[in-house]
Amino acid sequence: MRYIALLRRFLQLNLLRELAYRSNFYMQIFQSLLSLGFGLVGLAVIFDHTSALNEWHPGELLVLLGVYQLVGGVINLVIQPCMQQLMREVHQGTLDFTLLKPEDAQFLVSIRQIQIWKLCDIVLGLVVVGIALAHLGATVGAGQMLTFLVALVAGGAIVYSFWLMLATCSFWLVRVENILVIFQDLYQAGRWPVSIYPSWLRWTLTFLVPVTVATTIPAQALIGQLAWPTLLGVALFALLTLVLSRWFWLFGLRHYTGASA
Amino acid sequence: MKALLAVYRAQLKTSFLMYLQYRASSVLWLLGMVLEPVIYLVVWSTIAGANGGAVDGYTAGDFAAYFLVLLLVNHLTDNWVYYEFQERVRQGLLSPLLLRPIHPIHADIAQNLTYKFMMLVVMLPTAGALGLVFHPTASITPLSLLLFLPSLVLAIAIRFLVEWSLGLTAFWTTQMSAVIQVYYVGLFFLSGQMGPLALFPAPVQVLAQLLPFQWMLAFPVQLLLGQLDQHAIVLGLIAQTIWLCLSLAMMTVLWHRGLRRYSGMGA
Repeated sequence: MRYIALLRRFLQLNLLRELAYRSNFYMQIFQSLLSLGFGLVGLAVIFDHTSALNEWHPGELLVLLGVYQLVGGVINLVIQPCMQQLMREVHQGTLDFTLLKPEDAQFLVSIRQIQIWKLCDIVLGLVVVGIALAHLGATVGAGQMLTFLVALVAGGAIVYSFWLMLATCSFWLVRVENILVIFQDLYQAGRWPVSIYPSWLRWTLTFLVPVTVATTIPAQALIGQLAWPTLLGVALFALLTLVLSRWFWLFGLRHYTGASA
Repeated sequence: MKALLAVYRAQLKTSFLMYLQYRASSVLWLLGMVLEPVIYLVVWSTIAGANGGAVDGYTAGDFAAYFLVLLLVNHLTDNWVYYEFQERVRQGLLSPLLLRPIHPIHADIAQNLTYKFMMLVVMLPTAGALGLVFHPTASITPLSLLLFLPSLVLAIAIRFLVEWSLGLTAFWTTQMSAVIQVYYVGLFFLSGQMGPLALFPAPVQVLAQLLPFQWMLAFPVQLLLGQLDQHAIVLGLIAQTIWLCLSLAMMTVLWHRGLRRYSGMGA
């Protein structure tokens, strides 16, 4: 309950801060539309030459594009800004102030930076998914919706754990921002179904940098091509990474000496 | 002229030492650059496989050759002067540079060249390793190699001048402007980063002929791989020369206009 109250307070704070820069909102709408247009043109060029990309038909790839935009929105809304701030504070030594607060530090560092306008990407992603599903003529039942939500949450949890572990590395390495810039480039790979990549790249994009679990698998759930065992595996993988990143974070904190102390 | 050479020698040396210090992060930057061509190589190869081996005459091996050469040419023509210039103007770092008795573009050129050639040490083996994985097929003749070199130099110069000019827009706007974002989207599709321009619809190809993007990237790549006829090569070299003059003029005008506006923020 207290956590929900805290989350609400942080949302309010971030909303107030962003309302001071209202032109950013229009800039964000422009950016979201541009990035969506980018994806659509890519699909148009591809499907000018083929009717299916590795068993994925245009409507299904459109679902994937929507999920890609949606998940990217979630990452940019809260995960990336929070973790970037965490790393900046380790570098500048101001993290000490957060650690002194009488709340769970992992919770605080994970919710205090929210880039409200990134909600545009999430809304736009949902619209694309909706249009694509209507185009496919598919009726999404309650079961399918539930699988989609489970896959989406699990994918988000895996990406979050990955970022938290990388950010925790900054306790020792101090400067790791570069690694996170690379994530933006790697996330591009999630635009396409993971099955097209050669096995070494597929492995990397699933376990080393978990990009595709967050995009391909929820999309598969929506178009009804996700087998139960895969969903179960992803959910377990998500739990495992959450526990692992929690442990690593606490381990890192014990080794953190602060910059000024 | 002799003084300028001495300046370049000194700049090359300092930037060499600087990058040596940050070699780990420089290598990380490369990783991101390598992945994109690999993604689109995989996408096009998949389509070629599904279409019975080729897309409009491009086999999987042709795509591999195209994207591997593209990877190298993209590395050689790439720069981040736009981003750096924005920071300079925003933080007032430009002021000390203006006090020097030499145009600041020379330092940027030297720094950029150092990075490119240092990183070739990593880039060439990476391209080689990818070559072993994706099996490119290409027949590069001595003549195409000979013509490739000037077109590569022209491509590097055009892209550098255009993006330096884009950086100069920081004099007028202090926020990342919409123009820059549209530029990068245009660059991706029209420079051939997504795939050979021949695979795009005809109106897009005409547009690509008129804009500078393909002369910064796709033209040298296709020239080297022998995918262009005599007519297209001559036309391309002329287009590159025209764009070099245009971008040089644009840079000069924006620089003089911008300097008059610049009041030294933060200084």
